[in-house]
Amino acid sequence: MRDTIVPVPCKSRAPKEVLQEFADLAEEENVDPFAETTSKRQIAARQSDYHNRRFNRVAVDSADAFKDDAGEGGGYKDAMRLARLEQEELRVKRAIEEKERKEREEGQMKMDLDKTPPAAELADVAMELASAKEQATAAVKEKDAAGTKRKRRWDVTEPADENVDPNQPAGEWSDKALEASAPKKRRSRWDATPAEVAVGETPKRSRWDQTPAAAPDAPMVPIIMNAPGLMHEDKHNRYLTDEELDAVLPATGYAIVTPPPGYAPLVAPRKLMATPITEVGGFQIQESSDAAAAAAAAGLAPELPTEIPGVGNLAFFKAEDAQYFAKILKEEDETELSVDEMKERKIMRLLLKIKNGTPPVRKTALRQITDKAREFGAGPLFDKILPLLMERTLEDQERHLLVKVIDRVLYKLDDLVRPYVHKILVVIEPLLIDEDYYARVEGREIISNLSKAAGLAHMISTMRPDIDHADEYVRNTTARAFSVVASALGIPSLLPFLKAVCRSKKSWQARHTGIRIVQQIAIMMGCAVLPHLRNLVDCIAHGLSDEQQKVRTMTALGLAALAEAAAPYGIESFDNVLKPLWLGIRLHRGKGLAAFLKAIGFIIPLMDPEYASYYTKEVTVILIREFQTSDEEMKKIVLKVVKQCAATEGVTPQYIKQDILPDFFKAFWVRRMALDRRNYRQVVETTVELAQKAGVAEIVGRIVNELKDEAEPYRKMVMETITKVVATLGASDIDERLEVRLVDGIIYSFQEQTTEDQVMLDGFGTVVNALGIRVKPYLTQIVSTILWRLNNKSAKVRQQAADLTTRLAVVIKQCGEDQLLSKLGLVLFEQLGEEYPDTLGSIIAAEGAIANVVGMTQMNPPVKDLLPRMTPILRNRHEKVQEASINLIGRIADRGAEFVPAREWMRICFELLDLLKAHKKAIRRAAVNSFGYIAKSLGPQDVLSVLLTNLRVQERQSRVCSTVAIAIVAETCGPFTCIPAILNEYRTAELNVRTGCLKALSFVFEYVGPQSAYYADSVVTMLEDALTDRDLVHRQTASTIVKHLALGVAGLGCEDSMLHLMNLVWPNCFETSPHVIGAVMEAIEAMRVTLGPGILLSYVLQGLFHPARKVREVYWRIYNALYLGAADAMVPFYPDLSELSEGQNVYDRHPLQVFI
Amino acid sequence: MSSELRYTANTQLEHLHARYTGTGHADLSKYDWLTHQHRDTLASIVGHPTLTSYLAIADGEAIGRVKFEMTERMLQPCGPPPRKDED
Repeated sequence: MRDTIVPVPCKSRAPKEVLQEFADLAEEENVDPFAETTSKRQIAARQSDYHNRRFNRVAVDSADAFKDDAGEGGGYKDAMRLARLEQEELRVKRAIEEKERKEREEGQMKMDLDKTPPAAELADVAMELASAKEQATAAVKEKDAAGTKRKRRWDVTEPADENVDPNQPAGEWSDKALEASAPKKRRSRWDATPAEVAVGETPKRSRWDQTPAAAPDAPMVPIIMNAPGLMHEDKHNRYLTDEELDAVLPATGYAIVTPPPGYAPLVAPRKLMATPITEVGGFQIQESSDAAAAAAAAGLAPELPTEIPGVGNLAFFKAEDAQYFAKILKEEDETELSVDEMKERKIMRLLLKIKNGTPPVRKTALRQITDKAREFGAGPLFDKILPLLMERTLEDQERHLLVKVIDRVLYKLDDLVRPYVHKILVVIEPLLIDEDYYARVEGREIISNLSKAAGLAHMISTMRPDIDHADEYVRNTTARAFSVVASALGIPSLLPFLKAVCRSKKSWQARHTGIRIVQQIAIMMGCAVLPHLRNLVDCIAHGLSDEQQKVRTMTALGLAALAEAAAPYGIESFDNVLKPLWLGIRLHRGKGLAAFLKAIGFIIPLMDPEYASYYTKEVTVILIREFQTSDEEMKKIVLKVVKQCAATEGVTPQYIKQDILPDFFKAFWVRRMALDRRNYRQVVETTVELAQKAGVAEIVGRIVNELKDEAEPYRKMVMETITKVVATLGASDIDERLEVRLVDGIIYSFQEQTTEDQVMLDGFGTVVNALGIRVKPYLTQIVSTILWRLNNKSAKVRQQAADLTTRLAVVIKQCGEDQLLSKLGLVLFEQLGEEYPDTLGSIIAAEGAIANVVGMTQMNPPVKDLLPRMTPILRNRHEKVQEASINLIGRIADRGAEFVPAREWMRICFELLDLLKAHKKAIRRAAVNSFGYIAKSLGPQDVLSVLLTNLRVQERQSRVCSTVAIAIVAETCGPFTCIPAILNEYRTAELNVRTGCLKALSFVFEYVGPQSAYYADSVVTMLEDALTDRDLVHRQTASTIVKHLALGVAGLGCEDSMLHLMNLVWPNCFETSPHVIGAVMEAIEAMRVTLGPGILLSYVLQGLFHPARKVREVYWRIYNALYLGAADAMVPFYPDLSELSEGQNVYDRHPLQVFI
Repeated sequence: MSSELRYTANTQLEHLHARYTGTGHADLSKYDWLTHQHRDTLASIVGHPTLTSYLAIADGEAIGRVKFEMTERMLQPCGPPPRKDED
């Protein structure tokens, strides 16, 4: 039978599947389970494509404009040329892509007819690209030869430019705009005509030359590129081989150019990696180089060195590090190296130590590199640091350390850093848009230091070319960097430049970036923009009517940011933009409109009430129209603007009720809004804001029916809104009918909830508490719901019911429904056997809440039954249970201790000792207080003996808490009950016990204050003993006791015994241990209060001019404390030093020698 | 902990002391210390009306005059500072 069913081809397929399975298995074995975590640690692997666009950036040398011999290093003009080249490159590429696409569409049809392979077409495209490149290079060369720098090269479509005088810095934003905005003398270096380059000099390298494939005498490169280790790593981005190029380019009319003399291919370091390196992924044993060495011996990590000559042991070493640090990995004969090479290796070693070393190694290396920064020079340093930062496998920690190096080095190099500004910016700017806050802060710090070191002019000339860069990413980061520069060097200094950029006629990108800079300044500097607000607004105002939509949008966003930063001041600065903004919202749609609305939303709160009202009415029409939008972003902005408008003073409740609410509820109070988290929040916030004006009844009345909606997320949204509205505005507005609907809806939604979270619970509690006595008619229903849910199968439901009881207890009592409470109490009591600790905690807390409101006498179950039931629960280790039970027990001990037999209390005392070890301070405090209550009702003897015995235990925390408890017992039952016991216990030969006794005594005297006067004499002998003990801690604690005692008895006639103690404390002033000296100093301070400064001064005078500095220093410190405490009171006690008078200096205090 | 405290707590206290006029240190000279004492004394007299009127009666001066003189004398209560004799 079966044979007939199985189809024949299956037989032949089955083994293949099996094979596949084995293949899969084999592959799985090779899978590195840590690969994923490794990639998460790497910044580049974690970030979005947008962030990773930083790898496409090209950095240029920026010439130091302040040096006469700016010479070779390129600089602004080259940067500008490069920027334009890049733009052109992008344009050509786009054109080619466009053409390609078109042709493919046509070719598609062709291919359907005959199957011509598209190879020929591809060759066409490639040729076109090559010829474009060639053209570009030729143009550059021609230009260099002609010496006219500023002429446009390829844009034959714009012949007008050709007519411009070639000697003028033609075009660009630098012409009229800059001249108009900046005073003449500010026309400085960066827009001056660049110096001409002599013909025949090596032309500046254009980007085309840099492709290593074009270097004909480097056959090494392709070989290395074909090496197996690299091939699989980079097979999509490999360079074209010579053969491929030959196939692509025509055979005639081309010559292979020899590279310029100083040229080194970018990939040079890779040569050192010709042998593929085995990847060691995942777990590595750090620090211990022995383990790593053993692994190396076993052949696990053959290539990775653990100890590098001159560097020592490293915490780790990655495969990628090998290419950067190749030069120092092998031993070299140092005598053969030149000075520069030695320097280079030194820098590399230091960097490796910083990047990969253990903390102490890193610290010293960082200090060395900082100290020697100027010696090394900016060039060698940054040539090594910056490539490391651009490494794709860089991790957070490494980046942090390298950025730190840059920061330190920058500080030292100061203006030497100028030629490297752009290179540094290219590396650091991406930090400004990092998702990690600290990375952003680091980035800001560096750029701010950089701009302080390089100066404003240099920063502007360096970053200017990036302002209208073709890539949006570059413009974005540049704008952010500029805002940092503005905050570092002050907005006023950057203003002329900003004005010029925002008015650039040349390209909308420049205007866009300029406006974005202003936006970023506002975001970053906050209210610090206020002094320059008008200037900044005027700077970007015209952008609202720009012909480019993106510029208009950005302008509106910039205005929004400025208004937000300036709030609540500065409305007068926005005068000029009000009209265009309000006109604009009628003209624009989509994204532009959203930005305009956003700006309006932030400006309206700044206005005076009557204006706010007027402008709100103007904008409301549009807002209501946009309520219907399907665009999520627009929705959010509309909600935000409604919220901002509603919050302003000038908008009347009447207006909101009539004109906004109907459409608002129709558009936003729909189920769909509850599904998206952000929409949900916005709608709730806005509705709460509207309720502030429209009133509780209006809002709650509109949504209360939705509490019975079938969609749970929507019910939750309704509940949250009602909670917030009622919590802020109360429930007095709610009339009887609404009240019925509200309570009904709340009970329904509470019962119907399937996901247990706080929202429903909070809502229930808030509404019921707000209604107060008005819920009485519904209580029976509510309580029966709770009772039913307390017996639910799910622990969460039971917990929630108990939590609800806690919240409702007060209201139930208010309504006089005592029998409901006692019923709840009984049911909760029966539930004390609960096994889920969270639920048990809630049940105990609920029982506690009921006990609180009904009182101990009326409590049902009676306290004498409840407490014994709690005793075993105290052993529960769960924090929530512990806290709830200790609170309940403390309450019973405080209010109704007499209902429980003494033996039960003693049992609880022993359990409480364990709670003294709890981690949570609230639990320990509650436990300590409970001892006080228990001692009060039982009498102190038994409790005290329990506590004193506990001083013998090991844990310090437990002992400390016991001493506090002893002090509390002493406070509640009178010191006379405890002090004799403590003194007796002090005679124990155990150190811990004695310290504990001293500590307890110190707390006792701290708590009882002036009462100490009765006991001062009785503790003197013990203090004599403690203050003369060899043990430091004894003397320290005794000093603390003396302090509290002295402060307590001040003015109560115990001076004789205090003076005696003072004599014992005084010699300890030479102690050096910080805690001891602190305690001794405080004791002496306290003595100043009790004995008066005169006596203290006579002690201090002995050593103020002592020959030993050590003595003088201590005595002066005491003198200073004394002086600060009682300078005036010391006047009569200063010694008469008239006999020291000499020459002009008379030291008699004559006014004090006068008598009548 | 203790080493940290040693460097912070007490040095902080010293810093705090140093911020107030009239406090001293191990290298304070006799002249400086006594000048402070005199100023404190004078300030105390000006600050306590009973002391001022006592002095006024003893000197046979007006109370305002005594106050003024005391305040004036605070400038250099013990004469000009002694010249530093060592090198």
